[in-house]
Amino acid sequence: MNPTLSFFYFLSFLTVLSALMVILSKNPIHSVLYLILTFFTLSGHYILLNAQFLAAVNIIVYAGAIMVLFLFVIMFLNVKDIHEEAKNSLTKIAAAIVGGTVFVILFGAYRKTIIAPADPNTFDSQVGMIESLGKLLFREYLLPFELASILLLVAMVGAVMLGKREIGERHF
Amino acid sequence: MELTEFIIKTLTILVVFVLTLVIAMYSTWGERKVAGFIQDRMGPNRAGPGGLLQPLADAGKMFFKEDFIPALANKWLFISGPSLAMLTALLASAVIPFGSTFRYGGAEVVLQGVESNIGILYVFGVVALGVYGIMIGGWASNNKFSLLGAIRAASQNISYEVAMGLSLIAILMMSSSLSLGDIVAQQHGGNWNIFYQPLGFIIFLTCSFAECNRVPFDLPECETELVGGYHTEYGSMKLGFYLFAEYINMFVSSAIISVLYFGGYNYPGMDWVYNQLTAALGTTTGHNIATLIGTGVFFGKALFFIFFYMWVRWTLPRFRYDQLMNLGWKKLIPLAIFNIIITGACVLFLKPYITALLN
Amino acid sequence: MTLMERAYLPAIATGLAITLKHFFAKKVTIQYPEVKRYLGPVFRGRHILKRDEDGRERCTACGLCAVACPAEAISMVAAERVKGEETLYREEKYAAVYEVNMLRCIFCGLCEEACPKQAVYLRHDEFIPVFNDRNQVIWGKDLLVEDMNNRYTREAWTKEEAHILDRKRADGEVTNVIPRAIP
Repeated sequence: MNPTLSFFYFLSFLTVLSALMVILSKNPIHSVLYLILTFFTLSGHYILLNAQFLAAVNIIVYAGAIMVLFLFVIMFLNVKDIHEEAKNSLTKIAAAIVGGTVFVILFGAYRKTIIAPADPNTFDSQVGMIESLGKLLFREYLLPFELASILLLVAMVGAVMLGKREIGERHF
Repeated sequence: MELTEFIIKTLTILVVFVLTLVIAMYSTWGERKVAGFIQDRMGPNRAGPGGLLQPLADAGKMFFKEDFIPALANKWLFISGPSLAMLTALLASAVIPFGSTFRYGGAEVVLQGVESNIGILYVFGVVALGVYGIMIGGWASNNKFSLLGAIRAASQNISYEVAMGLSLIAILMMSSSLSLGDIVAQQHGGNWNIFYQPLGFIIFLTCSFAECNRVPFDLPECETELVGGYHTEYGSMKLGFYLFAEYINMFVSSAIISVLYFGGYNYPGMDWVYNQLTAALGTTTGHNIATLIGTGVFFGKALFFIFFYMWVRWTLPRFRYDQLMNLGWKKLIPLAIFNIIITGACVLFLKPYITALLN
Repeated sequence: MTLMERAYLPAIATGLAITLKHFFAKKVTIQYPEVKRYLGPVFRGRHILKRDEDGRERCTACGLCAVACPAEAISMVAAERVKGEETLYREEKYAAVYEVNMLRCIFCGLCEEACPKQAVYLRHDEFIPVFNDRNQVIWGKDLLVEDMNNRYTREAWTKEEAHILDRKRADGEVTNVIPRAIP
């Protein structure tokens, strides 16, 4: 078998396995660690697609920063001690139905999709490189890009406002 | 051809790996020697001439100590903590360009583990992952002090990564490339980035201190408050791995600093040396010797920065935690953004003017 | 704070300069097992049971040192001198066994003070070596009694004498003191 293909299958297997372990783990810390593993395997997929910038950014932003914060919060909360009494069977059934429906919809949607076969004449292996990505973002998709940055800015300002100490309020 | 290429790559990676380990090993000796000298002492001088066998003695001691795992610790995570710290520390040295090229039998071999067009992002990503080893180890120890150390490490690393990334962006704007090989090649001769980016250099240096958990930012293992910080419960070679990972990180960040700001293997007058050598010894031998000199210069710079880390460690007292956070968020990040704006303005307006003036 | 102090970096540079100065400064370390420091004329180190000029043991096994000892480190067995042993023992009674437990001894020097025959001294020039074994802890007469080929003398007896000697040494007047013999 083609080494790239076998590597793809291996990565996909690892991705699905770790994604499943995220929801099957009892310990929330283990869930987070499996989620980090999932991000790594996803980055592996990006590298297989020759999108190295996306792979690196995925690791820096998700695995390097956001998941650290997740882990941080879970370690502080120590969720292990809180018993799962609130989850009765009704919620479990409802969750199963909702999740199953989403899965069916996704499956149905992807079953009908036609993946365009790659044309060797027009295929550009450098399309995922940072240069072409930058050119696309700053020329064709400048407006959405800037809008996204404004959205992030608003979120940041909101977070700072929420976290700010009010007048007269003292925590320590 | 493909096989020889594979063998050459494997050899290069092996050499880089071994070099990193040896330098980290002797950094532990160097640290103790520098500490001694700064405190008017001799430092270790019993094991071998000048104490040169001290790292081996330390390693032997570490290996033969009891490999202890606390009863209530999470066993697998407890073991994977130091392993992860070691792994992420070693990963980063793969993309560092140690020198230009070697000529051997008509082929040119690049002295770099992996030439990647996202080199600096790769380093950044690996450094960002470095905190997992500490966090997982600290949490798995099932000890309040370890947990506090781990959490301090995590929040400190995240905070300083932001300022570090922003100070890097100014460099990237000047070089318009993410590849470390390109960034070094652009600083040919004495045209180093430090002359254009003094502010960025200071920010980057400060952040690298924080990322390596070195004094004055070594709050994760602050012994006056947290016993031993995240490695309170560790002993034997697992503790050794944590300490070793710190020294590897130190070497990697010193190498990155010298690559980004001090021209890596470039030195003033290298063209003259190159011409003399190729004229005297022929294009192959002369080229190789010139490359070796460049590599020596690179290691000289990296070792100087390792020395600088130690020098600062035995000079400055530790920051308080709120001072650390204030410095990171309220001073370094605004300064880094200011630096980006200045650099952008210079690249846009000043550079065309100066090039026009020079031509 | 002034602007220079608030900028923080100049202060760090000053600190680094100070440590760099120490980096190149002369080291104060004394390489112990090879180089030994002079500990002063009245340092209390290894015990010694003195002999007199004729090589006779001075100790008469009166037990005053054992009484004075706050750590109860000294024990002895007395014996009577028989005819023909006059060259070995000065007094008519002598210590057949004299033992000092070196784990108990606190080197206070009270035995030295208590001794009426000036037999027990704590040497100023030698330490008790490190023990590797429990058998090495209790020192008997074989280790304690003075060797006539290598007699022990002390170079000064009072603080004043020692100071005078130190001053002379500092001025370079005295380089090699001939110590005064123990009476």
